[in-house]
Amino acid sequence: MAENLLEVRDLTITPAGADGPVLKDVSLSLAPGERVGLIGESGSGKSLTAQSVMGLLPEELRATGTVSLAGFSGNVLEAKERTLARMRSDIVSMVFQEPMSALNPLMRIGDQIAEALRIHGSTDRRAVPGRVLELLTSVHMPDPEGARYAYPHQMSGGQRQRVMLAIALANTPRLLICDEPTTALDVTVQKHMLDLIAERVAAVEAGLLFITHDLAVVAGVCDRVIVMNSGRIVETGSVHDIFTNPQHEYTRGLLASSDLEATDANGKLFTLKTALAYAGPLGEAGSPPEAGTNPDENVDADVEPTTASAGESGRVRTRAVDSPRAREPELTGQSAPLIEVTGVSKLYKARGLTLRRRSEVQALEDIGFRVSAGQRLGIVGESGSGKSTLLNILSGLDRPTTGHVRVGDVRVESASASALRSLRENLQIVFQDPFASLDPRMRVEDIVSEPLIARGMGRDERLSRVEEMLLAVDLDSAAMRRYPHQFSGGQRQRISIARALVTRPQILIADEPVSALDVSVRAQVLNLLTDLVDDYALTLLFVSHDLGVVQHLCSDIIVMKDGHIVESGTTEDIYANPREEYTQRLIAATPSLAGALASAG
Amino acid sequence: MITYVANRALQFALSLIVASVAVFALMSLLPGNAAQVALGTNATPEAVAALEAQYGLDQPPVLRYFDWMGGMLTGDFGTSYVTGAAITPVIVGSVQVTGILVIASIVLAILIAVPLGTFAALEQRNWIGVTISALSQIGIAVPNFLAAIILVMVFSLTLGWFPSQGWMAPVEGVGGFLVRLVLPVVSLALVQAAILTRYVRSAVLDVMREDYIRTARAKGLTRTKALFVHGLRNAAIPVVTVAGVQLATLLVGAVIIEQIFVIPGIGSELVRAVANRDLVAVQGIVMVLVLLVLVINLIVDVLYPIIDPRIRTAA
Repeated sequence: MAENLLEVRDLTITPAGADGPVLKDVSLSLAPGERVGLIGESGSGKSLTAQSVMGLLPEELRATGTVSLAGFSGNVLEAKERTLARMRSDIVSMVFQEPMSALNPLMRIGDQIAEALRIHGSTDRRAVPGRVLELLTSVHMPDPEGARYAYPHQMSGGQRQRVMLAIALANTPRLLICDEPTTALDVTVQKHMLDLIAERVAAVEAGLLFITHDLAVVAGVCDRVIVMNSGRIVETGSVHDIFTNPQHEYTRGLLASSDLEATDANGKLFTLKTALAYAGPLGEAGSPPEAGTNPDENVDADVEPTTASAGESGRVRTRAVDSPRAREPELTGQSAPLIEVTGVSKLYKARGLTLRRRSEVQALEDIGFRVSAGQRLGIVGESGSGKSTLLNILSGLDRPTTGHVRVGDVRVESASASALRSLRENLQIVFQDPFASLDPRMRVEDIVSEPLIARGMGRDERLSRVEEMLLAVDLDSAAMRRYPHQFSGGQRQRISIARALVTRPQILIADEPVSALDVSVRAQVLNLLTDLVDDYALTLLFVSHDLGVVQHLCSDIIVMKDGHIVESGTTEDIYANPREEYTQRLIAATPSLAGALASAG
Repeated sequence: MITYVANRALQFALSLIVASVAVFALMSLLPGNAAQVALGTNATPEAVAALEAQYGLDQPPVLRYFDWMGGMLTGDFGTSYVTGAAITPVIVGSVQVTGILVIASIVLAILIAVPLGTFAALEQRNWIGVTISALSQIGIAVPNFLAAIILVMVFSLTLGWFPSQGWMAPVEGVGGFLVRLVLPVVSLALVQAAILTRYVRSAVLDVMREDYIRTARAKGLTRTKALFVHGLRNAAIPVVTVAGVQLATLLVGAVIIEQIFVIPGIGSELVRAVANRDLVAVQGIVMVLVLLVLVINLIVDVLYPIIDPRIRTAA
């Protein structure tokens, strides 16, 4: 038994009161120093597996089987909380997904790291401050000295995740578990974080169990991959084998839907269902390359490893926007554009009653662009770049400090209440979080028909419109009488889209609509959006931090940073030769299967 | 932090000024002036005019307002038209009595509610947690005068441990003071503790679900220890808010208990002043109550940034 660092045998987890187990007969092992990726969608049981190893399962779950760790006598599943507490952080540590809430907001960073050292008493008391500084330095924290006295809210998400890593590695555990550690981070930050995890795990010679839903992320960090689906392990193998020669149908589906650079014969992204035709990330499997693919692409990917050469050439596999839809007018537009934004700035002032502190935030500065009818514009930028402020101003939810916004024939910045009402009929938004943006106490039919009530439309007509709209987003009419919690994330996002389109708007704004979704669902929703944009002749503004997603969907792109537009142009152009260093970095940091595989190989 | 406190202090001062104008205006707007009210409907116009002249009621309202405010700032709440006695000693005495009563009650309520609520949250699935929740539910439903009557029946009339009524200042004898304090304080505290227990329980339950508690456990703290080190201070913000509101409500809300136990608190004085149609006294007492409520709010506001560093920079 002492051979393996971690040995999980027949782990089965059943929630109290449920009919069946959510995790069934999961067995896996991890050798000392081995780095294993655990991959699956939400609900596949990967987080539950990790929590079992830590002995952190919620009380209402019953677990059977054995979990043994080198250096811990007995079964983790049956141990007492007191025994487990001694084991945690000493033998096995964990970095969690949500950096914003994983640290105690009321305690200084240095104290939170020191606590991990003190609990286990492994470090001499007088040596603790020095060790804290050492740990902060080891995770490349800028100004580690000052960081000790900072509170979590004074740090960015990436910095907090570094602190989490420092805490996790404080007692040099033998196994580090990372549960989606970069999912909540921006792409460029994600890349740094992944590199850092790989570096630190190697430095302390710990084993790594890396949990993620994103295949592209796992390749650079892990040697071996375990794929889970619906509470079972479906496939295990080396990164290279899994990526190039997946045995299980589900693995293949996951690969196909992760790859935003590949499309099927109809120009659609692959989903779990259509994955059979998928040729693999390098396109080397037997099936013919998909229509519209640049034949040079495969060669290209082999020659130039992408993510590794950050900022250097900024190269990525460029793929022409599919010819069937290359009919969009150019960014400059011929006739009058549908949306016109000129010189828009937004200044936020923090103001107190006395002692007026001049803390101002320039959220937007001199933003200008035009969108013609039918155009599909991607707005790309990291958090804090001003994307959301821009959307709020476009939709009349906020007013610009200076500048003009015209949508259709409405002057948004000075519009009256009734003009704004007609604007909102014409311009609809799909929001990021499908779990928070639907009222849990309303039926789907009421949610979707709500925008129509404002128009004074009769109930029968409303309901027939709702039914039609739900069919358009591939939900059946039985969905009308149900409540949001009865749907999955992807289905809820479909409901949001139906609600947005029920007023037959000309303009659809999608604010990170797929960033909270699993990869397989992401592909379905993106395909649906593509179809709807065509069917309803929509003008699309697609906001995202993920260049891969934007690249597939949009004809033109605006890149934003710190409230400025740093670059704009057609998708093709920007990918082929990004002029700005920032754009190059963004492109380089975007994880892709091919790039991940190349850097892993 | 300094900016934050300065802002709150300024808000406090402004609120106080606005409140004083409102109180003064309300009293002046009442039909018939203070002299008329004090002398009753049978008074001759000459008597009313004489009283008006005596107390300067024939002056313009603005002048009278500043007169009143200036007096209060120097600690003089004026003279009662009804008894002709100074009001200030009455207010000072009764505020002391009510202050002792109310602060003792809220402290006792917190001492009961925090451990009980925390325990109820930790043991929420066991019979003991359910029992605590049920008891606090019942406690909320019991009006405090009923609690007072039951307590008097059991501990005073039957067991004879405590006197059933009366008040003694601490300077007159600490033993007598404490013995008389117990029953009124307990009857006020029980109901407040029941309400507060529910808030503590739900705040602790919320906190236990937070990610940082999981992080603390991953560091090697047991569940209970994680709650004590990381959880309770985080749970304090909603609890402090509720306790502040309770304290403010008790100031006037204690009047029923003061009546039952015959305690010369500010609530009792207010009732008496209203019954005597002593408008000057009513005006002074209401103003003091407003001041106390604002002071409580100021204290709560200053506690927030001490508990939570995010509020220090946010405001």
